[in-house]
Amino acid sequence: MEHKASVIENLAEVRAMIKRHKRNDTLFAVIGLCALMLGLITLMLLFWQLIADGYPKFTIDFLTEFPSRRAGQAGLLSAWVGSFLVMSVTFLTAVPVGVAAGLYLEEYAPKNWFTDLIEINVSNLAGVPSIIYGLLALGLFVYILDLGQSILTAGLTLGLLILPIVIVSTREAIRAIPVSIREAAYGVGATKWQVVYDHVFKYSYGGILTGVIIGMARALGETAPIITIGALTFIAFLPPSPITAEPPFLNFEWLSSGFTVMPIQMFNWLSRPDHAFHINAAATGALIIIVTLLMNGTAIWLRYKIRKNIKW
Amino acid sequence: MANINTAIKAEARDLNFFYSNGARALKGISMPLYENKITALIGPSGCGKSTFLRCFNRMHDLYPGNKYEGQIVMYPDNTNVLDAGVDPIEVRMRISMVFQKPNPFPKSIYENVAYGLRVRGENNKRIMDDKVEEALKGAALWNEVKDRLHDLAFNLSGGQQQRLCIARALATDPEIMLFDEPTSALDPIATANIEELMVELRSKLTILVVTHNMQQAARVSDYTAYMYLGELIEYDDTDRIFTNPGRKETEDYITGKFG
Repeated sequence: MEHKASVIENLAEVRAMIKRHKRNDTLFAVIGLCALMLGLITLMLLFWQLIADGYPKFTIDFLTEFPSRRAGQAGLLSAWVGSFLVMSVTFLTAVPVGVAAGLYLEEYAPKNWFTDLIEINVSNLAGVPSIIYGLLALGLFVYILDLGQSILTAGLTLGLLILPIVIVSTREAIRAIPVSIREAAYGVGATKWQVVYDHVFKYSYGGILTGVIIGMARALGETAPIITIGALTFIAFLPPSPITAEPPFLNFEWLSSGFTVMPIQMFNWLSRPDHAFHINAAATGALIIIVTLLMNGTAIWLRYKIRKNIKW
Repeated sequence: MANINTAIKAEARDLNFFYSNGARALKGISMPLYENKITALIGPSGCGKSTFLRCFNRMHDLYPGNKYEGQIVMYPDNTNVLDAGVDPIEVRMRISMVFQKPNPFPKSIYENVAYGLRVRGENNKRIMDDKVEEALKGAALWNEVKDRLHDLAFNLSGGQQQRLCIARALATDPEIMLFDEPTSALDPIATANIEELMVELRSKLTILVVTHNMQQAARVSDYTAYMYLGELIEYDDTDRIFTNPGRKETEDYITGKFG
């Protein structure tokens, strides 16, 4: 009987202890939620402010008009076309180079101090301030290679900027493939290239694509390097069309054309004293954020869709 | 040793193996693999049995710094598969492998089996269809999957996945098939199916199987090798190893006094 009483007393003690310890769980959950909300709510408020300010300019005209001295008529046409063309160059250069570099580093490169050094440098490059890329591009693309203050220069600059992001995300996506899958492929007599092309690349491209889109979203909002290489702030013309009516139907003159991009147009409007232009700036900001969110959303959706059939 | 009238398919001769960190994982192993027989490798964890198995298809070449010494000779052509001049890809085309955990590709059932053929440059659809069917029949999986060949392999059960991996290894008509603890991730019924399948496959090819399960070795194999700390302690007819082993260490392991 005495024994039984001590068991019950002991149990009460254990329960009290568990209760005490669980209080820490609750406490941390509350602190974590507050930290999360602090960041999220600030961002939401900023976004909301942009939408509220720019609301009057959410019209089709805003997208089809060139910039103008009169705020009411000014539009984004040259800026969004410029952004689109610059992003095309960025995509076409950074993706093949970045994916090839990532595949090489992960699959082919020998593991030694030199590749370690490269790895550290690539990770560090992702953290270099973007204006440094702008200065590099000014020296390399504008002065040495004489590409001019053109769409090509801007696209290559942003391509360099997101190259580390593409490389790192490519490597991470590749690393997620289990060793057992590689061994299975080698086991039936595949060569390295067959393993890379038939398996490694096919199973990791969802992750690679996610990294590419996130990199592109970052490039879309970059301002500093584009200003450094000398983008124009006021253009009332469009670059020559890439597609023509006569053979060969393709025209590459647009690559050497002057240009502006959305964040620069926004910056330009914002720096004017006339308050009416600030509405345009807010609308542009909201548009950039919406496009960025759409891109990131696409990345998440693609990853989900592609990963659905892969279980490891 | 018995069975003089059975041909030797492959033979390890004084085989040593060193991992890239310098550890010597195999110490002077010499033993034959008889043609159309099942040879089992048993021994406690870390004794080198998987390392030995993976020498046969040069799997260690995938990781830099590993080093082989000695020979594994295949007959009748007398090729030393460990020779630096022999391409490991050629070796893997002759010797296929089934792994510890089922590892199908995230592709369709059909594509999993066909992959070895694709690697060999086969793209005639009729030949491929025939070979895939033959391999799936050989792996006793055809009846279960013939109506859903284009379903994802991941939708199969664990035991079916492992039989799919056997079909994949079988589709390319290998001379030797390596099994690395093929049933360790499976339930008893799936295990029994795989064991039955191995015995059936014996008529077509030569089998080397690593197993942690002594009953499995006794049930399926014709010859058994007991390894300990990288050494081959004893090799003999399975019946002899399990009823009347020549070495005390083997007896201790078999009877459960050790291991």
